[in-house]
Amino acid sequence: MASNESAVLFDQPGPKGRKTIRIVNWVAGIVFAIVLVLILMRLHNPPDGENQLSWELWKPALDGEAWTDFYLPGLWATVRATILAVIGAVAFGLVFGIGRLLPSLIIRTVSGAIVEFARAVPVLLLMIFFWRWFAFAGLPSPAYWAVVLALVIYNGSVVAELVRSGVGNLPNGQREASLALGLTRTQSLMQIEVPQAIYAMLPAAVTQLVVVLKDTALGSIIMYTDLLQESRRLGSMYFNILQTLVVAAVVYFIACWLLSRLAEWLPERMQRHTAAPAEPEPVAPIAIMDPSNVNQIAVAKEGVPLGGAQRLYHVHHRGTNASIRHWRQTRYDQGYDETHPESQIKFDKNGRPLRENPFGDLRKEGKPKGDKPKGSK
Amino acid sequence: MEAFISLFSQYNVPAAFLVNIELTLWSALFSTILGVILVMMRISPVSSLRAVAGAYVELFKNLPLTIIMVFMVLGAYAQLKLSFSDTFATNFFWLAVTGLSLYTAAFVCESLRSGINTVPLGQAEASRALGLSFMQSATQIILPQAFRGSVAPLGNTLIALLKNSTVAAAASVATETSSLMSEMIEYRSDVIVPIFLIFAFGYVILIIPIGMLTTYLSNKLAVRR
Repeated sequence: MASNESAVLFDQPGPKGRKTIRIVNWVAGIVFAIVLVLILMRLHNPPDGENQLSWELWKPALDGEAWTDFYLPGLWATVRATILAVIGAVAFGLVFGIGRLLPSLIIRTVSGAIVEFARAVPVLLLMIFFWRWFAFAGLPSPAYWAVVLALVIYNGSVVAELVRSGVGNLPNGQREASLALGLTRTQSLMQIEVPQAIYAMLPAAVTQLVVVLKDTALGSIIMYTDLLQESRRLGSMYFNILQTLVVAAVVYFIACWLLSRLAEWLPERMQRHTAAPAEPEPVAPIAIMDPSNVNQIAVAKEGVPLGGAQRLYHVHHRGTNASIRHWRQTRYDQGYDETHPESQIKFDKNGRPLRENPFGDLRKEGKPKGDKPKGSK
Repeated sequence: MEAFISLFSQYNVPAAFLVNIELTLWSALFSTILGVILVMMRISPVSSLRAVAGAYVELFKNLPLTIIMVFMVLGAYAQLKLSFSDTFATNFFWLAVTGLSLYTAAFVCESLRSGINTVPLGQAEASRALGLSFMQSATQIILPQAFRGSVAPLGNTLIALLKNSTVAAAASVATETSSLMSEMIEYRSDVIVPIFLIFAFGYVILIIPIGMLTTYLSNKLAVRR
């Protein structure tokens, strides 16, 4: 992906440019190597501390007992909380996301208030509150349930926004067609729009899964024995907490990295099932009334179909703040001009119109009937 | 109502929020600087700079913030003796700022990169055709437009940073909101729900204006094409 952007920014370098790049490459490489060596030297010989690179400190952090007694039970606790939290979050998100789209004003307002509140409160505060509350109420394993419930509430609100933006990003024709077929607004929502929105939101939901996995580490603050807490316990036994934390970090990194790759691989698959754009957002929808720049990115990627000139108005209106009730206003804000419908014609990559004769409607006025333009059948 | 008044007279809640705001502002400053440097490296023609910036972003995007904070205190401070000040409170505060900045810089870099995606190809092509060098076209043509296109994700990142500042509790910052809430619940377990509501609505009040400003600015600053 980085190469795409860089290919845009500079030409294929010539001999002189290649030489400069080679020199900068070497200088940068040496600087990074020096930084790395300095870090290793600091680790080897910290002021009034022991050598952090010695095998005596790394061995207890890496041997079989550390894995069977600490890391693996910790990882299992993390995974257990993640799975339950994800299932809960999807259920929460579907209920309140659809609730925010239903025709009934009361249901809409209540769901909206719950979602916005859940998005604004830091997860850690939710966790601490539930933990103390469950402990006072005498529930078994309060820390576990506090972690799960806090993650369900926060991530559920994000999933709810994903559902809503998925429906908002659908082309308007989907809804118009289902209403024209005689479906009610609720039926159109449940049978036509939400199923497509779910496909569109799946890649973003997997990205959110990474957030859930990362946020379970907050549980260590409320004494939940997850991977981080177990590695701290092991580290305090042998006074090698730096080493055990590095091992835990590597485990977290591998798990999150694999999930991120999955989220990058999914959009192409999901795009077949939906008319809404299935690209994950670079940042999950967090802001209240979140604006999104998916729209602007889409405009920039549309290319130059009119022979070099950028198109004035783009085809789809996209974005997480796209509420289907205000689509006309949103479209206007985003630059679509109702008086220039010809700017909405779709073009393929080569700049040819996808429809056979897109300008036919406009030409008809000035031309006699039956005069087909050449080349059309 | 009486519960709220007695809680406010007993504990200094605004001071705790102030600590979080300070954490947020300092980290926002440092992470923006680091994020801009990272994104410049990431789009540069030099492959080693690109690789390092890419590795940094991947690393910090896929690590839990909590482990970074714990590492700052138990690893960097306790074992490597990295310290900013002899006063414990100041030292932990700056360690927390360091952890938050390192973590958030990766997200600032991603936001700016998504802003660069909003700049059409023609802009870069035109600036190259005019004979601008990489630095000239990046600083004068691409990045100014990219900033305007990345207001929305940057605002999202700022809100996430404000909420993440509560994780400073893991870096032993004892005066910020989540630590104070924990302490208040411990001593006043009879009014646990009002205590939670005070802090929750405190964050709602802080975050709503940021969200509104982000929406307003991203609509106002978006480059109309």
